[in-house]
Amino acid sequence: MTAALASPRPATALRRLARRPMAVLGIVLIILVVAGAVLAPWLAPYKPEEQLFDGLTLQGAPMPPGGAYLLGTDLLGRDLFSRLLYGARTSLVIGVVANGAALLIGTLIGITAGFFRGWIGAVLMRFTDLMMAFPALLLAICLAAIFSPSLWIVAMVIALVNWVQTARVIYTETTSLATRDFIAAERTLGAGTGRILFRHILPHLMPTIIVWGTLGISTTVLLEATLSFLGVGVQPPTPSWGNIIFENQTYFQSAPWLVFIPGAAIILLALAFNLVGDALRDVLDPTQRGRE
Amino acid sequence: MPAYVLRRLLVSALILLGVSLITFFLLYVLPADPVRQIAGRSATTATVESIRRELGLDQPFLIQYGHYLAGLLQGDLGRSYLQKTEVATLIASRLPATLLLMVGAIFCELALGLSMGIAAALLRGRVADQALMMASFVTVSAPQFVVGLLMLYVFAVKLGWFPIGGYGTFLHLVLPALTLGILGSGWYSRMMRSSMIDVLRADYIRTARAKGLGRARVVLRHALPNAILPVIAMIGIDIGIFMGGIVVVESVFGWPGIGQLAWQAIQRVDIPIIMGVTLVSAIAIVLGNLLADLVAPFIDPRIRLK
Repeated sequence: MTAALASPRPATALRRLARRPMAVLGIVLIILVVAGAVLAPWLAPYKPEEQLFDGLTLQGAPMPPGGAYLLGTDLLGRDLFSRLLYGARTSLVIGVVANGAALLIGTLIGITAGFFRGWIGAVLMRFTDLMMAFPALLLAICLAAIFSPSLWIVAMVIALVNWVQTARVIYTETTSLATRDFIAAERTLGAGTGRILFRHILPHLMPTIIVWGTLGISTTVLLEATLSFLGVGVQPPTPSWGNIIFENQTYFQSAPWLVFIPGAAIILLALAFNLVGDALRDVLDPTQRGRE
Repeated sequence: MPAYVLRRLLVSALILLGVSLITFFLLYVLPADPVRQIAGRSATTATVESIRRELGLDQPFLIQYGHYLAGLLQGDLGRSYLQKTEVATLIASRLPATLLLMVGAIFCELALGLSMGIAAALLRGRVADQALMMASFVTVSAPQFVVGLLMLYVFAVKLGWFPIGGYGTFLHLVLPALTLGILGSGWYSRMMRSSMIDVLRADYIRTARAKGLGRARVVLRHALPNAILPVIAMIGIDIGIFMGGIVVVESVFGWPGIGQLAWQAIQRVDIPIIMGVTLVSAIAIVLGNLLADLVAPFIDPRIRLK
């Protein structure tokens, strides 16, 4: 009976994923960005903070792409390509840390509320409803602006506003799982709450957690970029794709590459996680199969 | 139905109370000191303390919140620390611009999203369908400030069709509304596509075809009205997403709405304005969700309110 409910084996899921061109495109993009971030010290032609001696034109303007510098230089004469590579580290670290924390909070709240119901569930879910009514971006901007922002503060702020959706989805799934016969059977056999939660409920939630975890990275990357663009996210000189645009936006008419190259990087990374997350949802959720 | 609405309104009021309490608490415990902002760097300790007393900021948290809540119940949102104007007046003067922007954005996202979704459903499985779905993924993956700057660069700077930011005429509205609407259009096109595909599979559509009706008539008269309603009912939920986006879009385009008001207030730690805008946004979100729930049973009578 559990077999009918169980998610497909990871190997099967991966094989099905590989048959979807959009998912493959997403995976390739993610691998490229991760490789760029990890190998940044070897790939980057210059140091990201280095203001290069010949990094500006004689008039003091940034160098356009294609010349001595692959993607041109920024307003301070720093190499844009090197900054982008190091900026990928920022995006990925925040994507993984902030989203991981949000996923953990959301799963804990959702599973607790869904399994125990009663007043604990009621309190937790009303609190979740309350958080839904918060304008999340406004809250994040406010928190980030008032704390003097660092990478970790930004990650924390994003986690604090991003767990809500996960909590609701996990709650709904847990409530329906908790009433299934096999859970009742386990209980009759004398299984404790911990065993039921971790051995029987959690494995069934894994597909949902994986899908929301993947899609969530995309949301997180966008939120970090937005905060950094407003100047309340990751602070220069640490490069982030958002703060590269923040630093250079006033000159976007004369040096558009300084805005649109990092902008394209943000879009590609968010797109990659959205494509993979969406394909995973189709692959892992049996009820969605055949709808494409 | 009236009992349901009444109960939902009551719950909404409680939610708003919670939002106000949490926001007030966050602003109270956070390490930014509004008094320092008002007094300026060169102010003496005595001046700072007297301003603090004058604003009641030397009081304990619960008393401060109590005062705020008492004012709120009489429709008093307090005064801006720096501009000395009533917050309600400031918000009221900015709200029309924001509402105009939202109406424009909703129009853009529906026009783009619904037509993309319908086209994709009708061309299901072909290259055009995949291209449209790819496009919808790109729009939901693009940060609004990048889209906004791109719009400005292409349509205002290079082509000169629209002004570079500002407010006043219809032309000023187009680019910010499009920027705000493009994100939502991705979601709408996906929802519209799957809703349309579901409807096209339904028995009554097969019946209509079997009667010998033409494809255009079946799609336009029988399928579309049924497929489009559940999608349009989502507009209420959109409002919450917009409330976040306006801060960014208004700052990129210099649009004088409550998003800019909030952004300026955040930078100056002008707490009464931050509180006011947060509450107005929360009201909009709560009402939007309520609206979506109330409309649902009219669209699909199988849904009952309880």
